[in-house]
Amino acid sequence: MSKLIYLVPLFPLLGFLLNGLGRKYLSKTVVSVVGSGVILASFIVSLLIFLEVKEPGFTPQIISLFDFIHVAKLNIAFAFQVDQLSSLFLLIITGVGFLIHLYSSAYMKDETEPHFARYFAYLNLFVFSMLLLVLGANYVIMFIGWEGVGLCSYLLIGYWFKNDEYNKAAKKAFVMNRIGDLGFLLGIFWMISQFGSTDFSTVFAGAAETPVKILTGITLLLFIGAMGKSAQIPLYTWLPDAMAGPTPVSALIHAATMVTAGIYMVARSNIMYTLSPVTQTIVAITGLATALFAATIALKQNDIKKVLAYSTVSQLGYMFLALGVGAYTGAVFHVMTHAFFKALLFLGAGSVIHAMHHEQDIRNMGGLKKYLPITHITFLLGCLAIAGIPPLSGFFSKDEILTASFLKSPAYYILGVLGALMTAFYMFRLYAMTFLGKFRGTHDQEHHLHESPAAITIPLIVLAILSVAGGWIGIPDVLMKGGHRLEHFLAPVFAASTALKTEAHELSHTMEYLMMFGVAAIILVVIGLAWNRFSRYEKTSAQETGIGKVLENKWYVDELYDAVISKPLLWLSAFLKNFDKIFIDGIVNGAGKLVQYSSRQLRLVQSGQVGSYILIMVTATILLFIIQFFWKS
Amino acid sequence: MMPVNYYLFLSLTLFCIGIVGVLTRRNAIIIFMCIELMLNAVNILLVAFSKMQHLAAVAANPASAAGTEAQLFVFFIMVVAAAEVTVGLAIIVMMYRNIHSVDINFLNRLKH
Repeated sequence: MSKLIYLVPLFPLLGFLLNGLGRKYLSKTVVSVVGSGVILASFIVSLLIFLEVKEPGFTPQIISLFDFIHVAKLNIAFAFQVDQLSSLFLLIITGVGFLIHLYSSAYMKDETEPHFARYFAYLNLFVFSMLLLVLGANYVIMFIGWEGVGLCSYLLIGYWFKNDEYNKAAKKAFVMNRIGDLGFLLGIFWMISQFGSTDFSTVFAGAAETPVKILTGITLLLFIGAMGKSAQIPLYTWLPDAMAGPTPVSALIHAATMVTAGIYMVARSNIMYTLSPVTQTIVAITGLATALFAATIALKQNDIKKVLAYSTVSQLGYMFLALGVGAYTGAVFHVMTHAFFKALLFLGAGSVIHAMHHEQDIRNMGGLKKYLPITHITFLLGCLAIAGIPPLSGFFSKDEILTASFLKSPAYYILGVLGALMTAFYMFRLYAMTFLGKFRGTHDQEHHLHESPAAITIPLIVLAILSVAGGWIGIPDVLMKGGHRLEHFLAPVFAASTALKTEAHELSHTMEYLMMFGVAAIILVVIGLAWNRFSRYEKTSAQETGIGKVLENKWYVDELYDAVISKPLLWLSAFLKNFDKIFIDGIVNGAGKLVQYSSRQLRLVQSGQVGSYILIMVTATILLFIIQFFWKS
Repeated sequence: MMPVNYYLFLSLTLFCIGIVGVLTRRNAIIIFMCIELMLNAVNILLVAFSKMQHLAAVAANPASAAGTEAQLFVFFIMVVAAAEVTVGLAIIVMMYRNIHSVDINFLNRLKH
């Protein structure tokens, strides 16, 4: 079956071509059937491949399609790698991706036909790029997908291109990603000069004999790429702005594709990171800082999608924390559970926005519980899952990350728990302000409130089930012997890193229970606080003051970047423009003007007086003679 | 046998007369005649030098014909000058037909 791996990215590519080229001729029904159908087909193939990979004794396979680059000794094949990690990501991407496509067919139905088809074409291309990224058997193929998702995010964030703000957001996402991509690209170049190849197998095999300094350099450059793509400090600001795109796109970017690319890349290169402790520490600290920083911002945001966006940044921080402390399985586990509940939350938010007629400010919502019962229940489950309430999926993945960080350093653990508490607080602030209390919108909006159609609620229900049950494949040993099936499944991918792990000290069972349920209990208390405080939220005109104002303005990071980077660059470009206009153009125009002026003066010599011509002729002849005779030697 | 200096002075005088005439007169025909004068001043010079060369060569070797080429040149120059005169006079005739004058100061039409 894994011979048919090329079908997985091929289907979305076909869907992209069909919808993209036929956008003027196809009806909306055809477009949505094609768009969703190709992803479903990919999902089925992925599932079959997964079942094959799951069999014991499966060895990773590399399926080479054709020679991509062949220069001297460097040989880069267009090859796909089928193993545990990629097959798991295939399932997440195509599975969650399909649900989002299905949802989109109802959510976007107000668009005109060519734009509807354009939307689906972009969406398919997005999934195609992401599949290429996770399937590539070397860093170059991965990089193609890497750039592809960057491009598609640009296209989709700027989908409503008539709005200038949205275009700016799209541009911001693209530029931020490019900064990271440069790091990634340099990392690949260094890799080629060091290993003479970009194949995963060659690079990882050679990593052990490589000096740590070089590995640190390569891994740091790759990590810069991951920072851009996975929205870590300092390159995270594009992700909250990416909310300009349609809501299902946000779900796709945040859950199934794009931002998990960085996690995947680091997890794939795990052996190089394990061999370089410096990079690991940087990854862990960046992740932790991002997790906390984004969580504080999320506390005070009032846009339903912005809260979720900062929550994603924060959760991605957790994943990097896990990667940094060497808990690769934990990171991949959290990617998976996060894909379920974040897709659920975004799609739920989309359903709310749909019902509220494009109102996104939670201060104008409230009391939606009785109008949107299905959305409400699923959204609540999503919130519980992300907050980490047992036995929902978020609990298990977050617990694994926190336990692993405790083993590395208690400081990581305490800060991580702090972040988790903030997560619980802002998620339930969001939930309470949206669904509880009484309705605060206009009378007109209240009149039109309605539950969304089945194409929207079905994905919500499926994702809610996954958010609840998705964590059960990773139950820690202390609760159920052999319960962590994901770890066993992924063990071959991380085998080399696991073998290098030195600290073998295990936590005592009591300690582990205490950490697990102690944290869960505190989280419950925090949820109670948020619930109590925001379910009775009243609209006030009072402005935030002090730290609240700073948080509401996102720590003024955008303003800071603007002042430190954008403004000086604009000044420089204005200066260069003037330099070009005055100096460079001056030289060019001056040369022309000089010729014109001097020829105008020379013209006067041609007076038309034959006598003067003859005089000049004779004088010149005499002059020539004089030169000839007296000047010669 | 006259010394060659006499010929030189004659030729120089004629040439200077020609130049002064060309520079100072405005009548196209006079200018034309002055040009012919300069041409013939050169011809005289050529013949004089030729004769001088030839005499020197004969003194050494009575059978020698060296130095006579310049005299042939003079014939060629006269033939070409005759052709040139016809063209020049034709131009002057056309000029008179057009502007009813042979004053070269009226020859500045191209400027306007």
